[in-house]
Amino acid sequence: MNTAMLSAAPAMPRGRIIGAYLQEARSECLRYMRAPGFMLPIMLFPGIFYLLFGVLMAKSNGADATRYLLASYGVFGVMSPGLFGFGVSLALERDGGLLTFKRALPMPPGAYLLGKMLMAMAAAGVVILLLLTMALTLGHVSLSLTQAGALLLTGVFGVLPFCALGMYVGTLIKGQGAPGMLQLVYLPMSFMSGLWFPLPMLPKVLQQIAPVWPSYHLDMLALAAVGMNKGSLLGHALVLVGLAAAFLLMAARRLRRHG
Amino acid sequence: MPHSIDPVARLGGAVKRYGQLVALDGAQLQLQRGELLALLGPNGAGKSTAIGLLLGLIRADAGSVELFGQDPQRIEARRRIGVMLQNAELPPTLRVGELLRLTASYYPAPRALAESAELAGVTDLLGRPYAKLSGGQQRRVQFALALCGRPELLFLDEPTVGMDIEARQKLWATIRQLIAEGCSVLLTTHYLEEAEALADRVCVMSRGRMIHEGTVDQLRARVALKRIRCLSALPLDTVCGWPEVNEVRRENERLHITATEAEAVVRRLLAADPHLRELEVQRAGLAEAFTELTRDADEAADTHQREAA
Repeated sequence: MNTAMLSAAPAMPRGRIIGAYLQEARSECLRYMRAPGFMLPIMLFPGIFYLLFGVLMAKSNGADATRYLLASYGVFGVMSPGLFGFGVSLALERDGGLLTFKRALPMPPGAYLLGKMLMAMAAAGVVILLLLTMALTLGHVSLSLTQAGALLLTGVFGVLPFCALGMYVGTLIKGQGAPGMLQLVYLPMSFMSGLWFPLPMLPKVLQQIAPVWPSYHLDMLALAAVGMNKGSLLGHALVLVGLAAAFLLMAARRLRRHG
Repeated sequence: MPHSIDPVARLGGAVKRYGQLVALDGAQLQLQRGELLALLGPNGAGKSTAIGLLLGLIRADAGSVELFGQDPQRIEARRRIGVMLQNAELPPTLRVGELLRLTASYYPAPRALAESAELAGVTDLLGRPYAKLSGGQQRRVQFALALCGRPELLFLDEPTVGMDIEARQKLWATIRQLIAEGCSVLLTTHYLEEAEALADRVCVMSRGRMIHEGTVDQLRARVALKRIRCLSALPLDTVCGWPEVNEVRRENERLHITATEAEAVVRRLLAADPHLRELEVQRAGLAEAFTELTRDADEAADTHQREAA
């Protein structure tokens, strides 16, 4: 009986499966690029912060401050599409029934998360490009093409651990509670890992616990990209990969159990 | 052919518990090819749980759940179904055409976009963002998404809530057309006239079990009650004393009598009250039958709480 029923089903050609992944990613990008409530805060906060503290007020401290803060505010800007784009949208869509609907449909496995991930990476890329433009024109920072490219790549891939963190928080909280909760993660973590003011300016205790925060490690990579951190990068990269994997696993487990 | 009678969807003694609460208690259900089965029942009867199991959204604690002879959590089985859920907030900034294209991309041999739009009556909405549509229009778009993959089995959960009469008629016509093409439909609805208009079979659920399954006529016949209404001054006690009468009440001047043998009661009424006017006799509709059935089931379940109704 099973074979008879199975043979009646049309097979899904590989091309169409790939097409489904692409459609999902395209839709996910389109819907957020069209939502000003999502894109504007992501662009404006790091943009305005960098303009005030990195470009205008840092003039007296020389071009190095502008260069240093390009990396820090870049990391600050990259975190939010990960945390909010992933975490908040997941929390809202679990609440609104969209996730249930998608699970009932024959959507290829992972297409939903992959689509969101690409959207967050694209948004992170846009933020970095915005800050780079400000640094090169208004801030008169001189960067080689390799340095600019390295910073862009750091941003585009550096968003992933924050996607995983946002996803985990999104599985813990349903609906409208998620944005507030994520702000409580986002803002203190940014401050304590030296994204707003350089770490050496912060109290000793905060300097010592900074390596606890994933944003600290991404900041180290971003500083290296703009040529301001000559230390070893492997440790920082491994910490980020490990955190991403850990949060992803915890989130996947919760999604499977609770939906 | 033996496989022609294999059901496209089947629940075999499915049990689902949420903590102490037993949402499904050995539910049985079979849906054949080209058939529309309406799943009816009061809120909390287990309809959503039954559908959740068949869609692979939740797993049964015991019993079997099959979609085309397979586990519903297998994507191959779900590629043959279309789904319209009760509440799914679709991405507000996406246009209707984009939503259709996205959903169709999940299926091996979907309908052309124009065909899906035509069938669901959303051709004029294709360029509009989803959030800008009225509730009824959004429902129609969700219906278009359900049928766009050329499914062999459609799950329609309260499909016409929020639709005006014209849109509802149009949706019913499309559902009939799809069934004629060999598509099966599992429908849940609160509108009994919807089940009456569409269903080959009706399955009534109460407290996690199927308490009745059969054609709409069988369901009606199972509750062989008739409604009698008339303007009469007869005292309630007199009418109540007649053996054929189940229930009687008075609203203003009008007597409302429920009886199994209407003819006998009408004869008594006419004999007892020569001034009786505006006599009406009606067969009980699906609504009465349904109320009666679920009430019986409830009373059987907790006789101690029974009220003298």
